Amino acid sequence: MNNAFNIEKLNVFYGDKPALDDVNMEISQKAVTAVIGPSGCGKSTFIRCLNRMNDLIPVFRLEGSIKFNGTDIYSKDIDVIDIRRRVGMVFQKPNPFPKSIYENTAYGLRIQGIKNKSRLDGIVEASLKKAAIWDEVKDRLHQSALSLSGGQQQRLCIARAIAVEPEIILFDEPCSALDPIATAKIEDLITKLKDDYTVVIVTHNMQQAARVSDYTGFFMMGKLHEFDITKKIFTAPSNKMTEDYITGRFG
Amino acid sequence: MNRKLLNRFYDRGFLFVGIFATSISLIFLLALLLDVIADGMGRLGWQFFANYPSRKPEEAGILSAWVGTVWVMVLTGCIAFPLGISSAIYLEEYSSKNWLTDIIEINIANLAGVPSIIYGLLGLGLFVRFLNMERSVIAGAMTLAILVLPIVILSTREAIKSIPPSIREASYALGASKWQTIRNQVLPSAMPGIMTGVILAMSRAAGETAPLITMGALTYVAFLPASPISSEFPYISIQGLFDAFTVLPIQIFNWVSRPQKGFAIDAAAGIIVLLIITFVMNAFAIYLRQKYQRKIRW
Ligand SMILES: Nc1ncnc2c1ncn2[C@@H]1O[C@H](COP(=O)(O)OP(=O)(O)OP(=O)(O)O)[C@@H](O)[C@H]1O
Ligand SMILES: [Mg+2]
Repeated sequence: MNNAFNIEKLNVFYGDKPALDDVNMEISQKAVTAVIGPSGCGKSTFIRCLNRMNDLIPVFRLEGSIKFNGTDIYSKDIDVIDIRRRVGMVFQKPNPFPKSIYENTAYGLRIQGIKNKSRLDGIVEASLKKAAIWDEVKDRLHQSALSLSGGQQQRLCIARAIAVEPEIILFDEPCSALDPIATAKIEDLITKLKDDYTVVIVTHNMQQAARVSDYTGFFMMGKLHEFDITKKIFTAPSNKMTEDYITGRFG
Repeated sequence: MNRKLLNRFYDRGFLFVGIFATSISLIFLLALLLDVIADGMGRLGWQFFANYPSRKPEEAGILSAWVGTVWVMVLTGCIAFPLGISSAIYLEEYSSKNWLTDIIEINIANLAGVPSIIYGLLGLGLFVRFLNMERSVIAGAMTLAILVLPIVILSTREAIKSIPPSIREASYALGASKWQTIRNQVLPSAMPGIMTGVILAMSRAAGETAPLITMGALTYVAFLPASPISSEFPYISIQGLFDAFTVLPIQIFNWVSRPQKGFAIDAAAGIIVLLIITFVMNAFAIYLRQKYQRKIRW
Protein backbone atom coordinates (compact mmCIF):
# COMPACT_ATOMS: atom_id res chain seq x y z
CA MET A 1 0.00 0.00 0.00
CA ASN A 2 1.46 3.36 -0.90
CA ASN A 3 -1.24 5.67 0.35
CA ALA A 4 -0.53 7.69 3.47
CA PHE A 5 -4.22 8.37 4.03
CA ASN A 6 -7.34 6.62 2.84
CA ILE A 7 -10.34 8.81 3.48
CA GLU A 8 -13.75 7.25 3.07
CA LYS A 9 -17.23 8.76 3.34
CA LEU A 10 -15.95 11.59 5.48
CA ASN A 11 -18.71 13.80 6.89
CA VAL A 12 -17.95 16.60 9.31
CA PHE A 13 -20.32 18.78 11.29
CA TYR A 14 -19.88 21.80 13.52
CA GLY A 15 -22.89 21.37 15.76
CA ASP A 16 -25.70 20.71 13.28
CA LYS A 17 -23.98 22.56 10.46
CA PRO A 18 -22.35 20.26 7.91
CA ALA A 19 -18.85 21.31 6.85
CA LEU A 20 -17.69 18.33 4.81
CA ASP A 21 -20.00 16.16 2.77
CA ASP A 22 -19.05 12.62 1.75
CA VAL A 23 -15.39 13.20 0.98
CA ASN A 24 -13.43 10.26 -0.44
CA MET A 25 -9.77 10.74 -1.13
CA GLU A 26 -6.47 8.93 -1.22
CA ILE A 27 -3.32 10.78 -0.29
CA SER A 28 -0.14 9.30 -1.75
CA GLN A 29 3.05 8.84 0.17
CA LYS A 30 6.08 11.01 -0.53
CA ALA A 31 4.10 13.32 -2.75
CA VAL A 32 2.60 16.78 -2.43
CA THR A 33 -1.18 16.92 -2.44
CA ALA A 34 -2.75 20.36 -2.79
CA VAL A 35 -6.20 21.28 -1.53
CA ILE A 36 -7.84 24.22 -3.27
CA GLY A 37 -11.26 25.81 -3.27
CA PRO A 38 -13.12 29.01 -2.42
CA SER A 39 -13.06 30.46 1.07
CA GLY A 40 -15.23 28.60 3.57
CA CYS A 41 -15.46 25.43 1.47
CA GLY A 42 -13.93 23.29 4.21
CA LYS A 43 -10.24 23.07 3.27
CA SER A 44 -8.98 23.82 6.76
CA THR A 45 -11.62 21.58 8.27
CA PHE A 46 -10.47 18.77 6.02
CA ILE A 47 -6.76 19.11 6.66
CA ARG A 48 -7.29 19.49 10.41
CA CYS A 49 -9.12 16.15 10.43
CA LEU A 50 -5.89 14.47 9.38
CA ASN A 51 -4.04 15.22 12.63
CA ARG A 52 -7.14 15.38 14.80
CA MET A 53 -6.63 19.08 15.43
CA ASN A 54 -10.40 19.53 15.23
CA ASP A 55 -10.74 17.60 18.46
CA LEU A 56 -10.03 20.92 20.16
CA ILE A 57 -13.35 22.29 18.88
CA PRO A 58 -16.15 21.19 21.22
CA VAL A 59 -18.92 21.18 18.59
CA PHE A 60 -16.87 19.22 16.05
CA ARG A 61 -18.33 15.85 14.96
CA LEU A 62 -17.05 13.38 12.38
CA GLU A 63 -18.48 10.42 10.49
CA GLY A 64 -16.73 8.05 8.12
CA SER A 65 -13.17 6.86 8.31
CA ILE A 66 -9.68 8.25 7.88
CA LYS A 67 -7.09 5.51 7.65
CA PHE A 68 -3.48 6.50 8.23
CA ASN A 69 -1.14 3.72 7.05
CA GLY A 70 -4.12 1.43 7.33
CA THR A 71 -5.31 2.28 10.85
CA ASP A 72 -8.36 4.38 11.52
CA ILE A 73 -7.15 7.45 13.42
CA TYR A 74 -10.63 8.10 14.79
CA SER A 75 -11.08 4.67 16.32
CA LYS A 76 -11.41 4.56 20.09
CA ASP A 77 -8.09 3.02 21.08
CA ILE A 78 -5.95 5.42 19.07
CA ASP A 79 -3.41 7.61 20.88
CA VAL A 80 -4.12 11.14 19.64
CA ILE A 81 -0.76 12.41 20.81
CA ASP A 82 1.01 9.77 18.75
CA ILE A 83 -1.02 10.75 15.68
CA ARG A 84 -0.16 14.42 16.13
CA ARG A 85 3.50 13.56 16.47
CA ARG A 86 3.48 11.55 13.27
CA VAL A 87 1.36 14.06 11.36
CA GLY A 88 2.94 17.48 11.76
CA MET A 89 1.28 20.76 10.93
CA VAL A 90 2.31 24.24 9.84
CA PHE A 91 -0.30 26.96 10.24
CA GLN A 92 -1.42 29.91 8.18
CA LYS A 93 0.03 32.53 10.49
CA PRO A 94 3.54 31.80 11.76
CA ASN A 95 3.06 30.90 15.43
CA PRO A 96 6.44 30.47 17.11
CA PHE A 97 6.41 30.16 20.89
CA PRO A 98 7.64 33.22 22.79
CA LYS A 99 10.91 31.40 23.43
CA SER A 100 14.31 31.21 21.81
CA ILE A 101 14.86 29.83 18.31
CA TYR A 102 16.59 26.81 19.83
CA GLU A 103 13.81 26.11 22.31
CA ASN A 104 11.18 26.43 19.61
CA THR A 105 12.88 23.79 17.53
CA ALA A 106 13.55 21.53 20.50
CA TYR A 107 10.07 21.82 22.00
CA GLY A 108 8.59 18.71 20.41
CA LEU A 109 11.59 16.68 21.56
CA ARG A 110 11.60 18.05 25.09
CA ILE A 111 7.97 17.12 25.61
CA GLN A 112 8.90 13.58 24.58
CA GLY A 113 11.33 13.66 27.46
CA ILE A 114 14.55 13.90 25.44
CA LYS A 115 17.07 15.70 27.61
CA ASN A 116 20.43 14.71 26.14
CA LYS A 117 22.05 18.01 25.18
CA SER A 118 24.20 16.79 22.30
CA ARG A 119 21.32 14.81 20.84
CA LEU A 120 19.05 17.88 21.04
CA ASP A 121 21.77 20.07 19.51
CA GLY A 122 22.14 17.65 16.65
CA ILE A 123 18.44 17.41 15.86
CA VAL A 124 17.94 21.16 16.20
CA GLU A 125 20.74 21.84 13.73
CA ALA A 126 19.58 19.17 11.28
CA SER A 127 15.98 20.41 11.40
CA LEU A 128 16.93 24.04 10.92
CA LYS A 129 19.10 23.00 7.97
CA LYS A 130 16.30 20.99 6.41
CA ALA A 131 14.02 23.98 6.79
CA ALA A 132 16.62 26.13 5.00
CA ILE A 133 16.94 28.61 7.82
CA TRP A 134 20.12 27.41 9.56
CA ASP A 135 22.44 29.92 7.93
CA GLU A 136 20.23 32.80 8.94
CA VAL A 137 19.91 31.82 12.59
CA LYS A 138 22.97 29.79 13.51
CA ASP A 139 24.59 32.74 15.30
CA ARG A 140 21.48 33.66 17.26
CA LEU A 141 19.96 30.36 18.30
CA HIS A 142 19.28 31.65 21.78
CA GLN A 143 17.55 34.84 20.75
CA SER A 144 13.78 35.12 20.84
CA ALA A 145 12.00 33.58 17.88
CA LEU A 146 9.75 36.63 17.84
CA SER A 147 12.68 38.70 16.61
CA LEU A 148 12.64 36.85 13.27
CA SER A 149 10.84 38.11 10.16
CA GLY A 150 7.52 36.52 9.20
CA GLY A 151 9.09 34.34 6.53
CA GLN A 152 11.84 33.22 8.87
CA GLN A 153 9.28 32.49 11.57
CA GLN A 154 7.35 30.31 9.16
CA ARG A 155 10.48 28.34 8.24
CA LEU A 156 11.24 28.01 11.95
CA CYS A 157 7.75 26.55 12.39
CA ILE A 158 8.56 24.08 9.62
CA ALA A 159 11.84 23.19 11.35
CA ARG A 160 9.94 22.74 14.58
CA ALA A 161 7.55 20.35 12.84
CA ILE A 162 10.40 18.44 11.17
CA ALA A 163 12.31 18.04 14.45
CA VAL A 164 9.87 15.42 15.78
CA GLU A 165 10.37 13.39 12.59
CA PRO A 166 6.80 13.16 11.40
CA GLU A 167 5.77 11.09 8.41
CA ILE A 168 3.36 13.70 7.10
CA ILE A 169 3.46 17.48 7.18
CA LEU A 170 0.22 19.42 6.75
CA PHE A 171 0.41 23.02 5.58
CA ASP A 172 -2.64 25.27 5.94
CA GLU A 173 -2.02 28.24 3.65
CA PRO A 174 1.57 28.58 4.86
CA CYS A 175 2.40 31.54 2.64
CA SER A 176 -0.67 33.71 2.90
CA ALA A 177 1.00 36.02 5.42
CA LEU A 178 4.30 36.23 3.51
CA ASP A 179 5.81 38.34 0.72
CA PRO A 180 6.70 36.80 -2.68
CA ILE A 181 10.35 36.17 -1.83
CA ALA A 182 9.57 34.42 1.43
CA THR A 183 6.84 32.52 -0.40
CA ALA A 184 9.30 31.33 -3.03
CA LYS A 185 11.60 30.05 -0.30
CA ILE A 186 8.82 28.09 1.35
CA GLU A 187 7.66 26.65 -1.97
CA ASP A 188 11.21 25.57 -2.69
CA LEU A 189 11.36 23.94 0.66
CA ILE A 190 8.08 22.09 0.16
CA THR A 191 9.20 20.56 -3.11
CA LYS A 192 12.35 19.34 -1.36
CA LEU A 193 10.44 17.99 1.60
CA LYS A 194 8.55 15.50 -0.50
CA ASP A 195 11.67 13.35 -0.83
CA ASP A 196 11.25 12.44 2.83
CA TYR A 197 7.71 13.37 3.75
CA THR A 198 4.17 13.20 2.56
CA VAL A 199 2.92 16.76 2.20
CA VAL A 200 -0.64 18.09 2.16
CA ILE A 201 -0.98 21.78 1.46
CA VAL A 202 -4.00 24.06 1.47
CA THR A 203 -3.57 27.08 -0.76
CA HIS A 204 -5.51 29.91 -2.30
CA ASN A 205 -2.82 30.47 -4.85
CA MET A 206 -3.45 28.52 -8.06
CA GLN A 207 0.08 29.00 -9.34
CA GLN A 208 1.39 27.70 -6.06
CA ALA A 209 -0.74 24.57 -6.28
CA ALA A 210 0.39 24.06 -9.87
CA ARG A 211 4.05 24.61 -8.99
CA VAL A 212 4.46 22.49 -5.90
CA SER A 213 1.88 19.73 -5.99
CA ASP A 214 1.59 16.33 -7.63
CA TYR A 215 -2.10 15.87 -6.86
CA THR A 216 -4.81 18.43 -6.41
CA GLY A 217 -8.22 18.23 -4.82
CA PHE A 218 -10.82 20.87 -5.53
CA PHE A 219 -13.35 21.46 -2.74
CA MET A 220 -16.54 23.41 -2.96
CA MET A 221 -19.18 23.82 -0.29
CA GLY A 222 -17.88 20.88 1.66
CA LYS A 223 -17.72 18.50 -1.30
CA LEU A 224 -14.63 17.21 -3.04
CA HIS A 225 -15.60 18.07 -6.60
CA GLU A 226 -12.54 16.82 -8.36
CA PHE A 227 -9.39 15.06 -7.36
CA ASP A 228 -6.65 14.14 -9.80
CA ILE A 229 -3.07 14.58 -10.87
CA THR A 230 -2.26 18.28 -10.69
CA LYS A 231 -1.33 18.48 -14.33
CA LYS A 232 -4.68 17.09 -15.34
CA ILE A 233 -6.60 19.42 -13.04
CA PHE A 234 -4.86 22.47 -14.40
CA THR A 235 -4.87 21.52 -18.06
CA ALA A 236 -7.94 19.42 -18.61
CA PRO A 237 -10.30 19.47 -15.63
CA SER A 238 -13.24 17.18 -16.10
CA ASN A 239 -15.53 19.29 -13.97
CA LYS A 240 -16.88 22.61 -15.22
CA MET A 241 -16.75 24.16 -11.79
CA THR A 242 -13.10 23.24 -11.32
CA GLU A 243 -12.30 24.91 -14.58
CA ASP A 244 -14.21 28.05 -13.64
CA TYR A 245 -12.43 28.20 -10.32
CA ILE A 246 -8.87 27.73 -11.52
CA THR A 247 -9.30 30.15 -14.37
CA GLY A 248 -10.43 32.68 -11.82
CA ARG A 249 -14.03 33.04 -12.86
CA PHE A 250 -15.13 32.89 -9.23
CA GLY A 251 -13.77 32.25 -5.76
CA MET B 1 -31.21 73.70 18.01
CA ASN B 2 -30.14 71.35 15.24
CA ARG B 3 -28.88 67.83 15.79
CA LYS B 4 -25.21 68.62 15.31
CA LEU B 5 -25.19 71.45 17.80
CA LEU B 6 -27.08 69.32 20.28
CA ASN B 7 -24.54 66.52 19.95
CA ARG B 8 -21.70 68.95 20.39
CA PHE B 9 -23.48 70.29 23.46
CA TYR B 10 -23.77 66.79 24.94
CA ASP B 11 -20.15 66.04 24.13
CA ARG B 12 -18.95 69.14 25.89
CA GLY B 13 -21.36 68.61 28.74
CA PHE B 14 -20.18 65.10 29.35
CA LEU B 15 -16.55 66.15 29.17
CA PHE B 16 -17.24 68.80 31.77
CA VAL B 17 -19.06 66.40 34.10
CA GLY B 18 -16.26 63.87 33.71
CA ILE B 19 -13.52 66.35 34.54
CA PHE B 20 -15.54 67.67 37.45
CA ALA B 21 -16.11 64.20 38.93
CA THR B 22 -12.49 63.19 38.49
CA SER B 23 -11.15 66.37 40.06
CA ILE B 24 -13.49 66.11 43.03
CA SER B 25 -12.20 62.67 43.94
CA LEU B 26 -8.63 63.73 43.27
CA ILE B 27 -8.97 66.84 45.42
CA PHE B 28 -10.41 64.87 48.31
CA LEU B 29 -7.70 62.26 48.00
CA LEU B 30 -5.01 64.91 47.91
CA ALA B 31 -6.46 66.78 50.87
CA LEU B 32 -6.60 63.55 52.85
CA LEU B 33 -3.05 62.65 51.95
CA LEU B 34 -1.69 66.08 52.80
CA ASP B 35 -3.55 66.13 56.10
CA VAL B 36 -2.21 62.70 57.07
CA ILE B 37 1.31 63.55 55.97
CA ALA B 38 1.28 66.84 57.84
CA ASP B 39 0.11 65.07 60.99
CA GLY B 40 2.25 61.97 60.87
CA MET B 41 5.43 62.77 59.01
CA GLY B 42 7.25 64.01 62.08
CA ARG B 43 6.60 60.76 63.90
CA LEU B 44 8.22 58.56 61.24
CA GLY B 45 11.65 57.46 62.31
CA TRP B 46 13.68 54.46 63.27
CA GLN B 47 12.08 54.28 66.70
CA PHE B 48 8.60 54.18 65.27
CA PHE B 49 9.39 50.98 63.36
CA ALA B 50 11.43 49.39 66.15
CA ASN B 51 9.10 49.98 69.11
CA TYR B 52 6.17 47.96 70.34
CA PRO B 53 2.94 49.84 71.07
CA SER B 54 3.03 51.65 74.37
CA ARG B 55 0.83 53.58 76.75
CA LYS B 56 2.89 56.65 76.04
CA PRO B 57 2.13 57.93 72.53
CA GLU B 58 5.60 59.33 71.93
CA GLU B 59 7.16 55.92 72.63
CA ALA B 60 4.61 53.81 70.79
CA GLY B 61 5.72 52.07 67.58
CA ILE B 62 4.48 49.68 64.94
CA LEU B 63 6.98 46.85 65.24
CA SER B 64 4.44 44.13 65.98
CA ALA B 65 2.03 45.64 63.46
CA TRP B 66 4.30 45.83 60.46
CA VAL B 67 5.86 42.44 61.16
CA GLY B 68 2.33 41.03 61.49
CA THR B 69 1.29 42.68 58.23
CA VAL B 70 4.27 41.21 56.39
CA TRP B 71 3.56 37.77 57.88
CA VAL B 72 -0.10 37.89 56.96
CA MET B 73 0.52 39.28 53.50
CA VAL B 74 3.14 36.71 52.55
CA LEU B 75 1.12 33.82 53.98
CA THR B 76 -2.04 35.03 52.28
CA GLY B 77 -0.16 35.15 49.00
CA CYS B 78 1.28 31.68 49.58
CA ILE B 79 -2.16 30.21 50.24
CA ALA B 80 -4.15 32.13 47.64
CA PHE B 81 -1.59 31.67 44.85
CA PRO B 82 -1.74 27.85 44.43
CA LEU B 83 -5.45 27.64 45.24
CA GLY B 84 -6.39 30.47 42.91
CA ILE B 85 -4.26 29.28 40.03
CA SER B 86 -5.45 25.70 40.28
CA SER B 87 -9.09 26.76 40.36
CA ALA B 88 -8.56 29.08 37.42
CA ILE B 89 -6.81 26.38 35.39
CA TYR B 90 -9.56 23.93 36.18
CA LEU B 91 -12.32 26.36 35.23
CA GLU B 92 -10.56 27.65 32.14
CA GLU B 93 -9.04 24.47 30.74
CA TYR B 94 -10.66 21.36 32.17
CA SER B 95 -14.21 21.96 33.31
CA SER B 96 -16.89 21.19 30.79
CA LYS B 97 -19.36 23.98 30.31
CA ASN B 98 -22.53 23.00 32.10
CA TRP B 99 -24.94 24.50 34.61
CA LEU B 100 -22.73 23.53 37.54
CA THR B 101 -19.66 25.38 36.24
CA ASP B 102 -21.94 28.29 35.29
CA ILE B 103 -23.08 28.50 38.90
CA ILE B 104 -19.51 28.26 40.16
CA GLU B 105 -18.44 31.04 37.82
CA ILE B 106 -21.28 33.36 38.78
CA ASN B 107 -20.56 32.73 42.43
CA ILE B 108 -16.87 33.50 42.11
CA ALA B 109 -17.72 36.80 40.49
CA ASN B 110 -20.24 37.47 43.27
CA LEU B 111 -17.83 36.52 46.03
CA ALA B 112 -15.54 39.33 44.94
CA GLY B 113 -18.31 41.70 46.03
CA VAL B 114 -19.22 40.16 49.40
CA PRO B 115 -18.51 42.54 52.33
CA SER B 116 -15.25 41.60 53.96
CA ILE B 117 -16.75 41.34 57.42
CA ILE B 118 -18.64 38.24 56.25
CA TYR B 119 -15.29 36.62 55.58
CA GLY B 120 -14.29 37.57 59.11
CA LEU B 121 -17.31 35.71 60.46
CA LEU B 122 -16.40 32.72 58.32
CA GLY B 123 -12.85 32.82 59.63
CA LEU B 124 -14.09 33.07 63.20
CA GLY B 125 -16.49 30.17 62.82
CA LEU B 126 -14.36 27.89 60.67
CA PHE B 127 -10.71 28.49 61.51
CA VAL B 128 -10.71 30.03 64.97
CA ARG B 129 -13.50 28.00 66.55
CA PHE B 130 -14.12 24.84 64.55
CA LEU B 131 -10.54 24.08 63.56
CA ASN B 132 -9.27 25.43 66.84
CA MET B 133 -6.59 27.57 65.33
CA GLU B 134 -7.08 30.34 67.88
CA ARG B 135 -6.44 33.90 66.79
CA SER B 136 -3.26 32.90 65.05
CA VAL B 137 -1.38 34.31 62.08
CA ILE B 138 -2.36 31.27 60.03
CA ALA B 139 -6.06 31.66 60.84
CA GLY B 140 -5.89 35.30 59.80
CA ALA B 141 -3.98 34.52 56.63
CA MET B 142 -6.42 31.77 55.67
CA THR B 143 -9.35 34.09 56.20
CA LEU B 144 -7.77 36.76 54.04
CA ALA B 145 -6.73 34.17 51.46
CA ILE B 146 -10.38 33.19 51.02
CA LEU B 147 -11.26 36.86 50.81
CA VAL B 148 -8.79 37.53 47.98
CA LEU B 149 -9.24 34.18 46.21
CA PRO B 150 -11.84 35.56 43.78
CA ILE B 151 -9.41 38.29 42.73
CA VAL B 152 -6.67 35.75 42.05
CA ILE B 153 -9.00 33.39 40.21
CA LEU B 154 -10.52 36.10 38.03
CA SER B 155 -7.20 37.68 37.11
CA THR B 156 -5.63 34.29 36.39
CA ARG B 157 -8.53 33.37 34.13
CA GLU B 158 -8.15 36.65 32.29
CA ALA B 159 -4.44 36.00 31.87
CA ILE B 160 -5.08 32.46 30.58
CA LYS B 161 -7.78 33.67 28.21
CA SER B 162 -5.43 36.22 26.69
CA ILE B 163 -3.06 33.52 25.41
CA PRO B 164 -3.78 33.27 21.69
CA PRO B 165 -5.20 29.91 20.55
CA SER B 166 -2.48 29.69 17.90
CA ILE B 167 0.10 29.02 20.64
CA ARG B 168 -1.95 26.16 22.04
CA GLU B 169 -2.49 24.74 18.57
CA ALA B 170 1.23 24.87 17.86
CA SER B 171 1.90 22.93 21.03
CA TYR B 172 -0.79 20.32 20.42
CA ALA B 173 0.30 19.91 16.81
CA LEU B 174 3.75 18.86 18.01
CA GLY B 175 2.25 16.07 20.09
CA ALA B 176 2.02 17.83 23.44
CA SER B 177 -0.56 16.65 25.92
CA LYS B 178 -3.01 19.04 27.49
CA TRP B 179 -1.02 19.31 30.69
CA GLN B 180 2.26 19.81 28.79
CA THR B 181 0.64 22.59 26.83
CA ILE B 182 -0.66 24.27 29.97
CA ARG B 183 2.60 23.79 31.83
CA ASN B 184 5.00 24.83 29.05
CA GLN B 185 3.06 27.41 27.09
CA VAL B 186 -0.04 28.70 28.83
CA LEU B 187 1.27 29.22 32.36
CA PRO B 188 4.62 30.84 31.48
CA SER B 189 2.92 33.28 29.14
CA ALA B 190 0.16 33.99 31.62
CA MET B 191 2.49 34.32 34.60
CA PRO B 192 2.95 38.12 34.50
CA GLY B 193 -0.81 38.55 34.48
CA ILE B 194 -1.19 36.02 37.27
CA MET B 195 1.51 37.71 39.36
CA THR B 196 -0.15 41.06 38.87
CA GLY B 197 -3.36 39.60 40.26
CA VAL B 198 -1.60 37.98 43.20
CA ILE B 199 0.23 41.16 44.15
CA LEU B 200 -2.95 43.20 43.95
CA ALA B 201 -4.63 40.57 46.11
CA MET B 202 -1.81 40.76 48.67
CA SER B 203 -2.01 44.52 48.79
CA ARG B 204 -5.74 44.24 49.33
CA ALA B 205 -5.08 41.79 52.15
CA ALA B 206 -2.62 44.23 53.72
CA GLY B 207 -5.30 46.86 54.02
CA GLU B 208 -8.15 44.72 55.33
CA THR B 209 -9.21 45.35 58.91
CA ALA B 210 -12.79 44.25 59.42
CA PRO B 211 -12.36 40.50 58.89
CA LEU B 212 -9.37 40.33 61.20
CA ILE B 213 -11.08 42.26 63.95
CA THR B 214 -14.16 40.08 63.53
CA MET B 215 -12.15 36.94 63.94
CA GLY B 216 -10.60 38.44 67.02
CA ALA B 217 -7.10 39.54 66.12
CA LEU B 218 -5.64 41.39 69.06
CA THR B 219 -5.38 45.16 69.03
CA TYR B 220 -2.55 45.38 71.51
CA VAL B 221 0.38 43.06 70.86
CA ALA B 222 3.77 43.55 72.47
CA PHE B 223 5.54 40.55 71.01
CA LEU B 224 6.36 39.12 67.59
CA PRO B 225 5.35 35.76 66.12
CA ALA B 226 8.21 33.29 66.43
CA SER B 227 10.73 33.80 63.68
CA PRO B 228 10.43 31.43 60.73
CA ILE B 229 14.21 30.95 60.75
CA SER B 230 15.66 29.03 63.67
CA SER B 231 19.21 28.41 64.73
CA GLU B 232 18.69 24.68 65.06
CA PHE B 233 18.07 22.03 62.45
CA PRO B 234 15.97 22.17 60.22
CA TYR B 235 16.50 25.93 60.43
CA ILE B 236 12.94 26.79 59.57
CA SER B 237 10.20 26.95 62.13
CA ILE B 238 6.47 27.07 61.67
CA GLN B 239 5.87 27.98 65.31
CA GLY B 240 5.20 31.58 64.30
CA LEU B 241 2.15 30.52 62.32
CA PHE B 242 0.29 29.72 65.50
CA ASP B 243 1.18 32.86 67.43
CA ALA B 244 -1.17 35.74 67.99
CA PHE B 245 -0.58 38.81 65.87
CA THR B 246 -1.74 42.25 64.96
CA VAL B 247 -1.52 44.15 61.68
CA LEU B 248 -1.08 47.77 60.69
CA PRO B 249 -4.71 48.67 60.03
CA ILE B 250 -5.75 47.20 63.38
CA GLN B 251 -2.99 49.11 65.15
CA ILE B 252 -4.11 52.29 63.41
CA PHE B 253 -7.71 51.58 64.33
CA ASN B 254 -6.66 51.12 67.93
CA TRP B 255 -4.78 54.42 68.04
CA VAL B 256 -7.51 56.37 66.33
CA SER B 257 -9.98 55.30 68.98
CA ARG B 258 -7.79 56.68 71.80
CA PRO B 259 -8.61 60.13 73.17
CA GLN B 260 -5.02 61.41 73.54
CA LYS B 261 -3.80 63.72 70.82
CA GLY B 262 -0.44 61.93 70.62
CA PHE B 263 -2.05 58.71 69.43
CA ALA B 264 -3.73 60.55 66.58
CA ILE B 265 -0.24 61.44 65.39
CA ASP B 266 0.86 57.82 65.75
CA ALA B 267 -2.17 56.78 63.73
CA ALA B 268 -1.33 59.26 60.98
CA ALA B 269 2.23 57.95 60.82
CA GLY B 270 0.91 54.37 60.67
CA ILE B 271 -1.41 55.34 57.83
CA ILE B 272 1.53 56.75 55.89
CA VAL B 273 3.38 53.43 56.27
CA LEU B 274 0.32 51.43 55.21
CA LEU B 275 -0.24 53.71 52.23
CA ILE B 276 3.37 53.34 51.15
CA ILE B 277 3.14 49.55 51.37
CA THR B 278 -0.01 49.35 49.24
CA PHE B 279 1.29 52.00 46.87
CA VAL B 280 4.56 50.17 46.30
CA MET B 281 2.80 46.83 45.78
CA ASN B 282 0.35 48.32 43.30
CA ALA B 283 3.12 50.12 41.47
CA PHE B 284 5.03 46.86 41.22
CA ALA B 285 1.96 45.08 39.85
CA ILE B 286 1.47 47.80 37.24
CA TYR B 287 5.15 47.68 36.34
CA LEU B 288 4.99 43.92 35.81
CA ARG B 289 1.94 44.23 33.60
CA GLN B 290 3.45 47.05 31.53
CA LYS B 291 6.77 45.31 31.10
CA TYR B 292 5.36 42.05 29.85
CA GLN B 293 2.64 43.59 27.77
CA ARG B 294 5.33 45.28 25.75
CA LYS B 295 7.60 42.29 25.63
CA ILE B 296 5.17 39.63 24.47
CA ARG B 297 3.86 40.35 21.02
CA TRP B 298 2.22 37.54 19.15
N1 LIG C 1 -14.87 26.20 14.91
C1 LIG C 1 -15.91 26.25 14.05
N2 LIG C 1 -17.16 26.26 14.53
C2 LIG C 1 -18.21 26.33 13.70
N3 LIG C 1 -18.11 26.39 12.37
C3 LIG C 1 -16.88 26.39 11.82
C4 LIG C 1 -15.71 26.32 12.64
N4 LIG C 1 -14.62 26.33 11.84
C5 LIG C 1 -15.10 26.42 10.57
N5 LIG C 1 -16.45 26.44 10.55
C6 LIG C 1 -17.30 26.52 9.37
O1 LIG C 1 -16.99 25.43 8.53
C7 LIG C 1 -16.95 25.85 7.18
C8 LIG C 1 -15.61 25.49 6.56
O2 LIG C 1 -14.61 26.27 7.20
P1 LIG C 1 -13.06 26.11 6.87
O3 LIG C 1 -12.31 26.93 7.85
O4 LIG C 1 -12.74 24.68 6.81
O5 LIG C 1 -12.97 26.76 5.43
P2 LIG C 1 -11.70 27.03 4.51
O6 LIG C 1 -11.94 26.38 3.23
O7 LIG C 1 -10.47 26.69 5.24
O8 LIG C 1 -11.78 28.59 4.31
P3 LIG C 1 -10.60 29.65 4.14
O9 LIG C 1 -10.11 29.49 2.75
O10 LIG C 1 -11.27 30.96 4.34
O11 LIG C 1 -9.57 29.34 5.17
C9 LIG C 1 -17.23 27.33 7.16
O12 LIG C 1 -18.59 27.51 6.82
C10 LIG C 1 -16.99 27.76 8.57
O13 LIG C 1 -17.85 28.80 8.91
MG1 LIG D 1 -8.79 27.82 6.03
